Amino acid sequence: MTNDIVIHTEKLTKRFGDFIATNEITFDVYSGEIFGFLGANGAGKTTAMKMLCGLSRPSSGNATIAGYDIYTGTEKIKKNIGYMSQKFSLYEDLTVMENIEFFGGIYGLTKRILKEKGQSLVETLGMQREAKKLVGDLPLGWKQKLSFSVAILHEPKIVFLDEPTGGVDPITRRQFWDLIYDAADKGITVFVTTHYMDEAEYCNRITMMVDGVIKALDSPTKLKQQFSATTMDEVFFELARGAKRKAD
Amino acid sequence: MIDVVLDNIVKTYNKNKIPAVNDVSFSVGKGELFGLIGPDGAGKTSIFRILTTLLLADSGTASVNGLDVVKDYKKIRSKVGYMPGRFSLYQDLTVEENLRFFATIFNTSIAANYDLIKDIYVQIEPFKDRRAGKLSGGMKQKLALCCALIHRPTVLFLDEPTTGVDTVSRKEFWEMLQRLKHQGITILVSTPYMDEATLCERIALMQSGTIMSIDTPQNITKQFPDNLYAIRAKNMSKLLNDLRHSRFVKSSFAFGEFHHITLKEENTNEQLVKEMREHGNEEINMTIAMPTIEDCFIKLMNNDK
Repeated sequence: MTNDIVIHTEKLTKRFGDFIATNEITFDVYSGEIFGFLGANGAGKTTAMKMLCGLSRPSSGNATIAGYDIYTGTEKIKKNIGYMSQKFSLYEDLTVMENIEFFGGIYGLTKRILKEKGQSLVETLGMQREAKKLVGDLPLGWKQKLSFSVAILHEPKIVFLDEPTGGVDPITRRQFWDLIYDAADKGITVFVTTHYMDEAEYCNRITMMVDGVIKALDSPTKLKQQFSATTMDEVFFELARGAKRKAD
Repeated sequence: MIDVVLDNIVKTYNKNKIPAVNDVSFSVGKGELFGLIGPDGAGKTSIFRILTTLLLADSGTASVNGLDVVKDYKKIRSKVGYMPGRFSLYQDLTVEENLRFFATIFNTSIAANYDLIKDIYVQIEPFKDRRAGKLSGGMKQKLALCCALIHRPTVLFLDEPTTGVDTVSRKEFWEMLQRLKHQGITILVSTPYMDEATLCERIALMQSGTIMSIDTPQNITKQFPDNLYAIRAKNMSKLLNDLRHSRFVKSSFAFGEFHHITLKEENTNEQLVKEMREHGNEEINMTIAMPTIEDCFIKLMNNDK
Protein backbone atom coordinates (compact mmCIF):
# COMPACT_ATOMS: atom_id res chain seq x y z
CA MET A 1 0.00 0.00 0.00
CA THR A 2 1.33 3.46 -0.94
CA ASN A 3 0.16 7.06 -0.61
CA ASP A 4 -0.81 7.35 -4.28
CA ILE A 5 -4.52 7.97 -4.60
CA VAL A 6 -6.18 5.81 -7.27
CA ILE A 7 -9.81 6.49 -6.43
CA HIS A 8 -10.85 9.96 -5.37
CA THR A 9 -14.52 10.89 -4.96
CA GLU A 10 -16.05 14.16 -3.86
CA LYS A 11 -19.73 14.39 -2.96
CA LEU A 12 -20.50 11.75 -5.57
CA THR A 13 -24.27 11.47 -5.91
CA LYS A 14 -26.73 9.42 -7.95
CA ARG A 15 -30.43 10.20 -8.02
CA PHE A 16 -33.20 8.14 -9.58
CA GLY A 17 -36.12 10.59 -9.64
CA ASP A 18 -36.75 11.58 -6.02
CA PHE A 19 -34.70 8.69 -4.74
CA ILE A 20 -31.10 9.42 -3.77
CA ALA A 21 -29.34 6.07 -4.14
CA THR A 22 -25.87 7.41 -3.35
CA ASN A 23 -25.74 10.65 -1.41
CA GLU A 24 -22.61 12.83 -1.54
CA ILE A 25 -20.03 10.15 -0.84
CA THR A 26 -16.46 11.39 -0.43
CA PHE A 27 -13.45 9.11 0.01
CA ASP A 28 -9.96 8.24 -1.26
CA VAL A 29 -8.50 4.80 -1.95
CA TYR A 30 -4.76 4.26 -2.16
CA SER A 31 -2.68 2.26 -4.58
CA GLY A 32 -2.30 -1.37 -3.44
CA GLU A 33 -4.93 -0.98 -0.75
CA ILE A 34 -7.54 -3.64 0.03
CA PHE A 35 -10.62 -1.51 0.46
CA GLY A 36 -13.77 -3.14 1.87
CA PHE A 37 -17.05 -1.66 0.72
CA LEU A 38 -19.77 -2.80 3.12
CA GLY A 39 -23.37 -2.00 3.77
CA ALA A 40 -26.81 -3.49 4.22
CA ASN A 41 -28.89 -4.55 1.21
CA GLY A 42 -30.11 -1.38 -0.42
CA ALA A 43 -27.49 0.89 1.11
CA GLY A 44 -26.35 2.06 -2.34
CA LYS A 45 -23.22 -0.07 -2.83
CA THR A 46 -24.09 -1.38 -6.29
CA THR A 47 -25.02 2.09 -7.56
CA ALA A 48 -21.73 3.50 -6.24
CA MET A 49 -19.71 0.66 -7.78
CA LYS A 50 -21.39 1.15 -11.17
CA MET A 51 -20.40 4.82 -11.13
CA LEU A 52 -16.82 4.03 -10.11
CA CYS A 53 -16.53 1.53 -12.98
CA GLY A 54 -17.68 4.14 -15.49
CA LEU A 55 -20.96 2.34 -16.18
CA SER A 56 -23.34 4.84 -14.67
CA ARG A 57 -23.14 8.62 -14.94
CA PRO A 58 -23.29 10.44 -11.58
CA SER A 59 -26.03 13.03 -10.99
CA SER A 60 -23.55 15.32 -9.28
CA GLY A 61 -20.18 15.39 -7.56
CA ASN A 62 -16.72 14.58 -8.89
CA ALA A 63 -14.46 11.57 -9.04
CA THR A 64 -11.21 10.42 -10.55
CA ILE A 65 -10.68 6.70 -11.10
CA ALA A 66 -7.20 5.43 -12.01
CA GLY A 67 -6.39 9.00 -13.02
CA TYR A 68 -9.40 9.49 -15.30
CA ASP A 69 -12.43 11.70 -14.87
CA ILE A 70 -15.68 9.87 -14.07
CA TYR A 71 -17.65 11.99 -16.60
CA THR A 72 -15.29 12.32 -19.51
CA GLY A 73 -12.92 9.39 -19.11
CA THR A 74 -15.27 6.42 -18.78
CA GLU A 75 -13.71 4.47 -21.65
CA LYS A 76 -10.21 4.99 -20.22
CA ILE A 77 -11.51 3.96 -16.78
CA LYS A 78 -12.88 0.69 -18.17
CA LYS A 79 -9.50 -0.15 -19.70
CA ASN A 80 -7.70 0.44 -16.42
CA ILE A 81 -9.91 -1.55 -14.10
CA GLY A 82 -10.84 -5.19 -13.68
CA TYR A 83 -14.26 -6.38 -12.54
CA MET A 84 -15.52 -9.63 -11.11
CA SER A 85 -18.83 -10.53 -9.50
CA GLN A 86 -20.30 -13.69 -8.08
CA LYS A 87 -22.90 -13.75 -10.83
CA PHE A 88 -20.87 -12.89 -13.90
CA SER A 89 -18.27 -15.55 -14.14
CA LEU A 90 -16.67 -16.80 -17.33
CA TYR A 91 -18.02 -18.45 -20.45
CA GLU A 92 -19.00 -21.94 -19.31
CA ASP A 93 -18.82 -23.45 -22.79
CA LEU A 94 -15.29 -22.23 -23.46
CA THR A 95 -12.24 -23.95 -22.00
CA VAL A 96 -10.04 -22.41 -19.32
CA MET A 97 -7.47 -21.36 -21.93
CA GLU A 98 -10.10 -20.04 -24.36
CA ASN A 99 -11.57 -17.86 -21.62
CA ILE A 100 -8.13 -16.46 -20.83
CA GLU A 101 -7.51 -15.71 -24.51
CA PHE A 102 -10.97 -14.22 -25.00
CA PHE A 103 -10.88 -11.83 -22.06
CA GLY A 104 -7.21 -10.99 -22.53
CA GLY A 105 -7.95 -10.25 -26.19
CA ILE A 106 -10.80 -7.91 -25.27
CA TYR A 107 -8.37 -5.94 -23.12
CA GLY A 108 -5.99 -5.68 -26.07
CA LEU A 109 -3.26 -8.12 -25.00
CA THR A 110 -1.25 -9.47 -27.94
CA LYS A 111 -1.22 -13.17 -28.82
CA ARG A 112 2.37 -13.55 -27.65
CA ILE A 113 1.73 -11.93 -24.27
CA LEU A 114 -1.49 -13.89 -23.89
CA LYS A 115 0.30 -17.16 -24.45
CA GLU A 116 2.94 -16.36 -21.82
CA LYS A 117 0.43 -15.01 -19.33
CA GLY A 118 -1.99 -17.84 -19.92
CA GLN A 119 0.68 -20.44 -19.22
CA SER A 120 1.93 -18.81 -16.06
CA LEU A 121 -1.60 -18.20 -14.79
CA VAL A 122 -2.59 -21.82 -15.27
CA GLU A 123 0.59 -22.88 -13.46
CA THR A 124 0.10 -20.49 -10.54
CA LEU A 125 -3.43 -21.79 -10.06
CA GLY A 126 -2.27 -25.38 -10.36
CA MET A 127 -4.73 -25.95 -13.21
CA GLN A 128 -2.41 -27.40 -15.86
CA ARG A 129 -4.56 -30.51 -16.15
CA GLU A 130 -7.73 -28.44 -16.49
CA ALA A 131 -6.44 -25.96 -19.07
CA LYS A 132 -8.34 -27.65 -21.91
CA LYS A 133 -11.46 -28.42 -19.88
CA LEU A 134 -14.69 -26.47 -20.23
CA VAL A 135 -15.10 -23.91 -17.49
CA GLY A 136 -18.64 -25.21 -16.88
CA ASP A 137 -17.17 -28.51 -15.66
CA LEU A 138 -15.02 -26.90 -12.97
CA PRO A 139 -16.04 -26.69 -9.30
CA LEU A 140 -17.33 -23.26 -8.22
CA GLY A 141 -14.25 -22.45 -6.14
CA TRP A 142 -11.95 -22.96 -9.15
CA LYS A 143 -14.22 -20.88 -11.36
CA GLN A 144 -14.04 -18.02 -8.89
CA LYS A 145 -10.25 -18.19 -8.61
CA LEU A 146 -9.91 -18.33 -12.39
CA SER A 147 -12.41 -15.54 -12.81
CA PHE A 148 -10.39 -13.31 -10.47
CA SER A 149 -7.13 -14.09 -12.25
CA VAL A 150 -8.73 -13.27 -15.60
CA ALA A 151 -10.05 -9.98 -14.19
CA ILE A 152 -6.48 -8.87 -13.39
CA LEU A 153 -4.81 -10.38 -16.47
CA HIS A 154 -4.40 -6.96 -18.11
CA GLU A 155 -2.74 -5.64 -14.93
CA PRO A 156 -5.36 -3.03 -14.13
CA LYS A 157 -4.74 -0.35 -11.52
CA ILE A 158 -7.91 -1.32 -9.66
CA VAL A 159 -9.96 -4.50 -9.46
CA PHE A 160 -13.59 -4.36 -8.32
CA LEU A 161 -14.87 -7.53 -6.64
CA ASP A 162 -18.60 -7.80 -5.96
CA GLU A 163 -19.19 -10.55 -3.38
CA PRO A 164 -16.51 -12.77 -4.89
CA THR A 165 -16.73 -15.53 -2.27
CA GLY A 166 -20.49 -16.07 -1.98
CA GLY A 167 -21.37 -19.77 -1.68
CA VAL A 168 -17.73 -20.89 -1.73
CA ASP A 169 -16.40 -23.42 0.82
CA PRO A 170 -14.32 -22.11 3.76
CA ILE A 171 -10.97 -23.39 2.46
CA THR A 172 -11.43 -22.01 -1.06
CA ARG A 173 -12.65 -18.74 0.45
CA ARG A 174 -9.29 -18.41 2.20
CA GLN A 175 -7.33 -19.39 -0.91
CA PHE A 176 -9.23 -16.67 -2.70
CA TRP A 177 -8.02 -14.14 -0.15
CA ASP A 178 -4.45 -15.32 -0.73
CA LEU A 179 -4.93 -14.28 -4.36
CA ILE A 180 -6.28 -10.91 -3.22
CA TYR A 181 -3.21 -10.35 -1.03
CA ASP A 182 -0.89 -11.28 -3.93
CA ALA A 183 -2.63 -8.80 -6.20
CA ALA A 184 -2.40 -6.05 -3.58
CA ASP A 185 1.30 -6.80 -3.06
CA LYS A 186 1.79 -6.26 -6.80
CA GLY A 187 0.25 -2.81 -6.39
CA ILE A 188 -3.25 -3.57 -7.66
CA THR A 189 -5.89 -1.81 -5.60
CA VAL A 190 -8.64 -4.19 -4.50
CA PHE A 191 -12.13 -2.78 -4.01
CA VAL A 192 -14.26 -5.54 -2.51
CA THR A 193 -17.79 -6.09 -1.18
CA THR A 194 -18.69 -9.03 1.04
CA HIS A 195 -21.33 -10.32 3.43
CA TYR A 196 -18.75 -12.28 5.42
CA MET A 197 -17.69 -10.18 8.37
CA ASP A 198 -14.49 -12.16 8.95
CA GLU A 199 -13.43 -11.02 5.46
CA ALA A 200 -13.98 -7.41 6.50
CA GLU A 201 -11.07 -8.00 8.90
CA TYR A 202 -8.76 -8.78 5.97
CA CYS A 203 -9.19 -5.31 4.47
CA ASN A 204 -6.82 -2.41 5.14
CA ARG A 205 -9.75 -0.07 5.48
CA ILE A 206 -13.52 -0.40 5.36
CA THR A 207 -16.38 1.89 4.48
CA MET A 208 -19.79 1.20 5.84
CA MET A 209 -22.67 2.57 3.79
CA VAL A 210 -26.10 3.14 5.31
CA ASP A 211 -29.02 4.68 3.40
CA GLY A 212 -26.81 6.05 0.63
CA VAL A 213 -24.24 7.76 2.84
CA ILE A 214 -20.90 6.66 4.24
CA LYS A 215 -21.46 6.15 7.94
CA ALA A 216 -17.95 5.02 8.83
CA LEU A 217 -14.56 4.69 7.18
CA ASP A 218 -11.46 3.38 8.92
CA SER A 219 -9.33 0.31 9.57
CA PRO A 220 -11.14 -2.66 11.18
CA THR A 221 -9.19 -2.18 14.42
CA LYS A 222 -10.08 1.50 14.70
CA LEU A 223 -13.73 0.87 13.82
CA LYS A 224 -13.99 -1.69 16.59
CA GLN A 225 -12.46 0.78 19.04
CA GLN A 226 -14.78 3.52 17.87
CA PHE A 227 -17.87 1.41 18.45
CA SER A 228 -16.55 -0.44 21.53
CA ALA A 229 -17.13 -3.69 19.67
CA THR A 230 -15.14 -6.93 19.77
CA THR A 231 -16.06 -8.07 16.24
CA MET A 232 -16.82 -6.42 12.90
CA ASP A 233 -20.20 -8.13 13.05
CA GLU A 234 -21.08 -5.94 16.05
CA VAL A 235 -19.84 -2.81 14.27
CA PHE A 236 -21.96 -3.65 11.24
CA PHE A 237 -25.01 -4.37 13.36
CA GLU A 238 -24.59 -1.14 15.31
CA LEU A 239 -24.41 0.91 12.11
CA ALA A 240 -26.90 -0.92 9.91
CA ARG A 241 -29.75 -1.50 12.33
CA GLY A 242 -30.68 2.18 12.15
CA ALA A 243 -31.10 1.90 8.39
CA LYS A 244 -34.41 3.10 7.03
CA ARG A 245 -34.02 1.75 3.51
CA LYS A 246 -34.52 -1.91 2.77
CA ALA A 247 -34.40 -1.83 -1.00
CA ASP A 248 -31.87 -3.78 -3.02
CA MET B 1 -41.68 -38.84 16.32
CA ILE B 2 -39.69 -38.63 13.12
CA ASP B 3 -40.83 -36.28 10.38
CA VAL B 4 -38.18 -36.65 7.68
CA VAL B 5 -36.15 -39.75 6.82
CA LEU B 6 -33.50 -40.24 4.13
CA ASP B 7 -32.11 -43.71 3.62
CA ASN B 8 -29.04 -44.17 1.39
CA ILE B 9 -30.13 -41.51 -1.08
CA VAL B 10 -27.99 -41.29 -4.23
CA LYS B 11 -28.50 -38.73 -6.99
CA THR B 12 -26.34 -38.11 -10.03
CA TYR B 13 -26.80 -35.76 -12.97
CA ASN B 14 -25.76 -35.86 -16.59
CA LYS B 15 -26.05 -39.64 -17.08
CA ASN B 16 -24.30 -40.59 -13.83
CA LYS B 17 -21.39 -38.30 -14.62
CA ILE B 18 -21.92 -35.70 -11.91
CA PRO B 19 -22.57 -37.12 -8.43
CA ALA B 20 -24.74 -34.68 -6.45
CA VAL B 21 -25.83 -36.71 -3.43
CA ASN B 22 -23.69 -39.63 -2.41
CA ASP B 23 -25.40 -42.21 -0.18
CA VAL B 24 -26.90 -39.77 2.30
CA SER B 25 -28.94 -40.93 5.30
CA PHE B 26 -30.34 -38.89 8.18
CA SER B 27 -33.59 -38.18 9.94
CA VAL B 28 -35.23 -35.11 11.40
CA GLY B 29 -37.50 -35.24 14.45
CA LYS B 30 -40.91 -33.61 14.70
CA GLY B 31 -40.59 -29.93 15.58
CA GLU B 32 -36.84 -29.96 15.10
CA LEU B 33 -34.86 -27.12 13.50
CA PHE B 34 -32.33 -28.97 11.37
CA GLY B 35 -29.63 -27.33 9.27
CA LEU B 36 -27.78 -28.52 6.15
CA ILE B 37 -24.53 -26.57 6.22
CA GLY B 38 -22.22 -26.47 3.22
CA PRO B 39 -20.99 -24.56 0.19
CA ASP B 40 -22.48 -24.60 -3.33
CA GLY B 41 -22.25 -28.10 -4.79
CA ALA B 42 -22.63 -29.81 -1.41
CA GLY B 43 -25.92 -31.42 -2.51
CA LYS B 44 -28.25 -29.35 -0.34
CA THR B 45 -30.68 -28.32 -3.08
CA SER B 46 -30.86 -31.85 -4.55
CA ILE B 47 -31.85 -33.17 -1.11
CA PHE B 48 -34.54 -30.51 -0.77
CA ARG B 49 -35.91 -31.28 -4.22
CA ILE B 50 -36.01 -35.01 -3.51
CA LEU B 51 -37.83 -34.45 -0.21
CA THR B 52 -40.33 -32.05 -1.77
CA THR B 53 -41.03 -34.69 -4.50
CA LEU B 54 -39.71 -32.50 -7.31
CA LEU B 55 -36.80 -34.78 -8.16
CA LEU B 56 -36.39 -38.55 -8.20
CA ALA B 57 -33.38 -40.10 -6.49
CA ASP B 58 -31.34 -42.70 -8.43
CA SER B 59 -31.54 -45.03 -5.45
CA GLY B 60 -32.44 -45.05 -1.78
CA THR B 61 -35.69 -44.15 -0.07
CA ALA B 62 -37.01 -41.09 1.67
CA SER B 63 -40.16 -40.13 3.53
CA VAL B 64 -41.80 -37.01 4.89
CA ASN B 65 -44.47 -37.23 7.59
CA GLY B 66 -44.29 -41.02 7.19
CA LEU B 67 -45.22 -40.70 3.49
CA ASP B 68 -42.98 -42.08 0.74
CA VAL B 69 -41.58 -39.40 -1.59
CA VAL B 70 -42.27 -41.51 -4.69
CA LYS B 71 -45.55 -43.31 -3.94
CA ASP B 72 -47.25 -40.61 -1.88
CA TYR B 73 -45.92 -37.55 -3.62
CA LYS B 74 -49.33 -35.89 -3.98
CA LYS B 75 -50.06 -36.14 -0.27
CA ILE B 76 -46.63 -34.78 0.60
CA ARG B 77 -47.10 -31.79 -1.67
CA SER B 78 -50.22 -30.72 0.21
CA LYS B 79 -48.45 -30.96 3.57
CA VAL B 80 -45.07 -29.34 3.15
CA GLY B 81 -43.94 -25.78 2.58
CA TYR B 82 -40.98 -25.10 0.29
CA MET B 83 -39.02 -21.92 -0.19
CA PRO B 84 -36.54 -22.49 -3.04
CA GLY B 85 -33.19 -20.74 -3.18
CA ARG B 86 -34.26 -18.76 -6.22
CA PHE B 87 -37.19 -16.33 -5.80
CA SER B 88 -40.09 -18.24 -7.35
CA LEU B 89 -43.22 -16.22 -6.74
CA TYR B 90 -45.21 -14.49 -9.47
CA GLN B 91 -43.32 -11.26 -10.15
CA ASP B 92 -46.30 -9.62 -11.85
CA LEU B 93 -48.77 -10.36 -9.07
CA THR B 94 -48.90 -8.07 -6.05
CA VAL B 95 -47.80 -9.13 -2.57
CA GLU B 96 -51.38 -9.81 -1.53
CA GLU B 97 -52.30 -11.55 -4.80
CA ASN B 98 -49.38 -13.94 -4.44
CA LEU B 99 -50.38 -14.82 -0.91
CA ARG B 100 -54.03 -15.30 -1.85
CA PHE B 101 -53.00 -17.40 -4.86
CA PHE B 102 -50.99 -19.82 -2.72
CA ALA B 103 -53.70 -19.98 -0.05
CA THR B 104 -56.31 -20.83 -2.70
CA ILE B 105 -54.15 -23.51 -4.33
CA PHE B 106 -54.00 -25.25 -0.97
CA ASN B 107 -57.76 -24.89 -0.42
CA THR B 108 -57.46 -22.44 2.41
CA SER B 109 -57.64 -18.70 2.96
CA ILE B 110 -55.31 -16.03 4.28
CA ALA B 111 -57.70 -15.44 7.19
CA ALA B 112 -57.70 -19.11 8.27
CA ASN B 113 -53.96 -19.19 8.96
CA TYR B 114 -53.25 -15.53 9.48
CA ASP B 115 -52.02 -16.07 13.07
CA LEU B 116 -49.10 -18.14 11.72
CA ILE B 117 -47.78 -15.49 9.34
CA LYS B 118 -48.94 -12.36 11.17
CA ASP B 119 -45.52 -11.45 12.67
CA ILE B 120 -43.86 -11.66 9.26
CA TYR B 121 -46.69 -10.34 7.10
CA VAL B 122 -47.16 -7.09 9.05
CA GLN B 123 -43.65 -6.13 7.95
CA ILE B 124 -44.57 -6.31 4.25
CA GLU B 125 -48.25 -5.35 4.56
CA PRO B 126 -47.55 -1.65 3.83
CA PHE B 127 -46.48 -2.84 0.37
CA LYS B 128 -49.32 -5.33 -0.22
CA ASP B 129 -50.35 -3.63 -3.47
CA ARG B 130 -46.82 -3.64 -4.88
CA ARG B 131 -45.85 -6.23 -7.48
CA ALA B 132 -43.61 -8.92 -6.07
CA GLY B 133 -41.00 -8.26 -8.76
CA LYS B 134 -40.59 -4.70 -7.47
CA LEU B 135 -39.81 -5.72 -3.88
CA SER B 136 -36.37 -5.52 -2.28
CA GLY B 137 -34.44 -8.72 -1.51
CA GLY B 138 -35.36 -8.72 2.17
CA MET B 139 -39.04 -8.20 1.45
CA LYS B 140 -39.13 -10.87 -1.27
CA GLN B 141 -37.67 -13.27 1.25
CA LYS B 142 -40.39 -12.45 3.80
CA LEU B 143 -43.16 -12.79 1.20
CA ALA B 144 -41.76 -16.14 0.04
CA LEU B 145 -41.76 -17.36 3.63
CA CYS B 146 -45.38 -16.24 4.09
CA CYS B 147 -46.43 -18.06 0.91
CA ALA B 148 -44.64 -21.23 2.05
CA LEU B 149 -46.49 -21.07 5.38
CA ILE B 150 -49.99 -20.04 4.37
CA HIS B 151 -51.37 -23.62 4.30
CA ARG B 152 -49.88 -24.36 7.75
CA PRO B 153 -47.38 -27.01 6.60
CA THR B 154 -46.14 -29.70 8.95
CA VAL B 155 -42.63 -29.53 7.52
CA LEU B 156 -40.98 -26.40 6.15
CA PHE B 157 -38.09 -26.64 3.65
CA LEU B 158 -35.99 -23.49 3.33
CA ASP B 159 -33.22 -23.62 0.74
CA GLU B 160 -30.59 -20.96 1.48
CA PRO B 161 -33.08 -18.35 2.67
CA THR B 162 -30.33 -15.98 3.85
CA THR B 163 -27.83 -16.16 0.98
CA GLY B 164 -26.81 -12.70 -0.18
CA VAL B 165 -28.76 -11.09 2.66
CA ASP B 166 -26.99 -8.65 4.98
CA THR B 167 -26.22 -9.58 8.55
CA VAL B 168 -29.03 -7.51 10.12
CA SER B 169 -31.72 -9.10 7.93
CA ARG B 170 -30.17 -12.51 8.51
CA LYS B 171 -30.54 -12.09 12.29
CA GLU B 172 -34.18 -11.07 11.87
CA PHE B 173 -34.84 -14.08 9.66
CA TRP B 174 -33.46 -16.53 12.18
CA GLU B 175 -35.56 -14.96 14.93
CA MET B 176 -38.62 -15.63 12.72
CA LEU B 177 -37.56 -19.28 12.37
CA GLN B 178 -37.24 -19.69 16.13
CA ARG B 179 -40.81 -18.42 16.53
CA LEU B 180 -42.10 -20.85 13.87
CA LYS B 181 -40.33 -23.69 15.57
CA HIS B 182 -42.23 -22.91 18.76
CA GLN B 183 -45.44 -23.36 16.77
CA GLY B 184 -44.40 -27.00 16.30
CA ILE B 185 -43.36 -26.80 12.63
CA THR B 186 -40.46 -29.03 11.63
CA ILE B 187 -37.89 -26.94 9.79
CA LEU B 188 -35.16 -28.06 7.41
CA VAL B 189 -32.96 -25.14 6.44
CA SER B 190 -29.78 -24.93 4.40
CA THR B 191 -27.09 -22.26 4.53
CA PRO B 192 -23.55 -21.62 3.31
CA TYR B 193 -22.94 -19.34 6.34
CA MET B 194 -21.19 -21.38 9.01
CA ASP B 195 -22.05 -18.89 11.75
CA GLU B 196 -25.74 -19.71 11.31
CA ALA B 197 -25.14 -23.35 12.20
CA THR B 198 -25.25 -22.65 15.93
CA LEU B 199 -28.82 -21.41 15.56
CA CYS B 200 -29.99 -24.93 14.59
CA GLU B 201 -30.69 -27.76 17.02
CA ARG B 202 -28.85 -30.29 14.88
CA ILE B 203 -26.79 -29.86 11.75
CA ALA B 204 -25.27 -31.90 8.96
CA LEU B 205 -21.98 -30.55 7.60
CA MET B 206 -21.99 -31.33 3.88
CA GLN B 207 -19.38 -31.20 1.16
CA SER B 208 -19.54 -32.61 -2.40
CA GLY B 209 -22.66 -34.69 -1.80
CA THR B 210 -21.46 -36.28 1.43
CA ILE B 211 -22.26 -35.67 5.07
CA MET B 212 -18.98 -35.16 6.92
CA SER B 213 -20.53 -34.84 10.36
CA ILE B 214 -24.02 -34.80 11.86
CA ASP B 215 -24.81 -33.78 15.44
CA THR B 216 -25.73 -30.81 17.61
CA PRO B 217 -23.51 -27.78 16.92
CA GLN B 218 -22.17 -28.05 20.50
CA ASN B 219 -21.14 -31.69 20.08
CA ILE B 220 -19.49 -31.01 16.75
CA THR B 221 -17.33 -28.21 18.13
CA LYS B 222 -16.57 -30.35 21.22
CA GLN B 223 -15.16 -33.05 18.94
CA PHE B 224 -12.49 -30.76 17.51
CA PRO B 225 -9.45 -32.96 18.21
CA ASP B 226 -6.69 -30.42 18.90
CA ASN B 227 -6.16 -27.35 21.00
CA LEU B 228 -6.94 -24.37 18.83
CA TYR B 229 -5.01 -21.12 19.16
CA ALA B 230 -5.72 -17.62 17.91
CA ILE B 231 -2.63 -15.67 16.99
CA ARG B 232 -2.13 -12.17 15.66
CA ALA B 233 0.70 -9.77 14.91
CA LYS B 234 1.18 -6.39 13.32
CA ASN B 235 1.53 -7.70 9.77
CA MET B 236 -1.07 -10.46 9.41
CA SER B 237 -0.23 -11.65 5.90
CA LYS B 238 3.47 -12.00 6.78
CA LEU B 239 2.54 -13.85 9.98
CA LEU B 240 0.35 -16.30 8.05
CA ASN B 241 3.12 -16.99 5.59
CA ASP B 242 5.62 -17.59 8.42
CA LEU B 243 3.16 -19.85 10.26
CA ARG B 244 2.68 -21.97 7.14
CA HIS B 245 6.42 -22.64 7.06
CA SER B 246 6.91 -23.21 10.80
CA ARG B 247 7.91 -26.69 11.96
CA PHE B 248 5.71 -26.32 15.08
CA VAL B 249 2.49 -25.67 13.19
CA LYS B 250 0.10 -28.42 12.11
CA SER B 251 -2.58 -26.23 10.52
CA SER B 252 -2.96 -22.51 10.02
CA PHE B 253 -5.52 -20.32 8.33
CA ALA B 254 -6.87 -16.77 8.48
CA PHE B 255 -9.86 -16.33 10.73
CA GLY B 256 -11.09 -12.75 10.88
CA GLU B 257 -8.77 -10.58 12.97
CA PHE B 258 -6.75 -13.65 14.07
CA HIS B 259 -5.15 -16.63 12.42
CA HIS B 260 -6.31 -19.96 13.83
CA ILE B 261 -3.61 -22.59 14.30
CA THR B 262 -3.09 -26.03 15.78
CA LEU B 263 0.30 -27.31 16.89
CA LYS B 264 2.09 -30.55 16.06
CA GLU B 265 3.03 -30.90 19.73
CA GLU B 266 1.48 -29.26 22.76
CA ASN B 267 3.53 -26.90 24.92
CA THR B 268 5.46 -25.51 22.00
CA ASN B 269 3.58 -22.18 22.17
CA GLU B 270 6.51 -20.23 23.52
CA GLN B 271 8.93 -21.71 21.00
CA LEU B 272 6.54 -20.78 18.21
CA VAL B 273 6.13 -17.19 19.41
CA LYS B 274 9.92 -16.92 19.70
CA GLU B 275 10.34 -18.25 16.16
CA MET B 276 7.78 -15.81 14.80
CA ARG B 277 9.56 -12.95 16.59
CA GLU B 278 12.87 -14.04 15.05
CA HIS B 279 11.22 -13.82 11.64
CA GLY B 280 10.52 -10.17 12.30
CA ASN B 281 6.89 -10.34 13.43
CA GLU B 282 5.94 -7.63 15.89
CA GLU B 283 3.25 -7.30 18.57
CA ILE B 284 2.57 -11.04 18.62
CA ASN B 285 -0.38 -12.19 20.70
CA MET B 286 -1.32 -15.87 21.02
CA THR B 287 -4.25 -17.20 23.05
CA ILE B 288 -6.26 -20.40 23.23
CA ALA B 289 -9.47 -20.20 21.16
CA MET B 290 -12.80 -22.00 21.15
CA PRO B 291 -13.30 -23.91 17.89
CA THR B 292 -16.26 -22.72 15.80
CA ILE B 293 -18.28 -24.73 13.29
CA GLU B 294 -16.15 -23.22 10.52
CA ASP B 295 -12.96 -24.52 12.21
CA CYS B 296 -14.54 -27.98 12.36
CA PHE B 297 -15.66 -27.75 8.73
CA ILE B 298 -12.15 -26.90 7.56
CA LYS B 299 -10.71 -29.70 9.69
CA LEU B 300 -13.16 -32.22 8.22
CA MET B 301 -12.44 -31.05 4.67
CA ASN B 302 -8.71 -31.51 5.23
CA ASN B 303 -9.29 -35.01 6.62
CA ASP B 304 -10.83 -36.00 3.30
CA LYS B 305 -7.77 -35.05 1.29
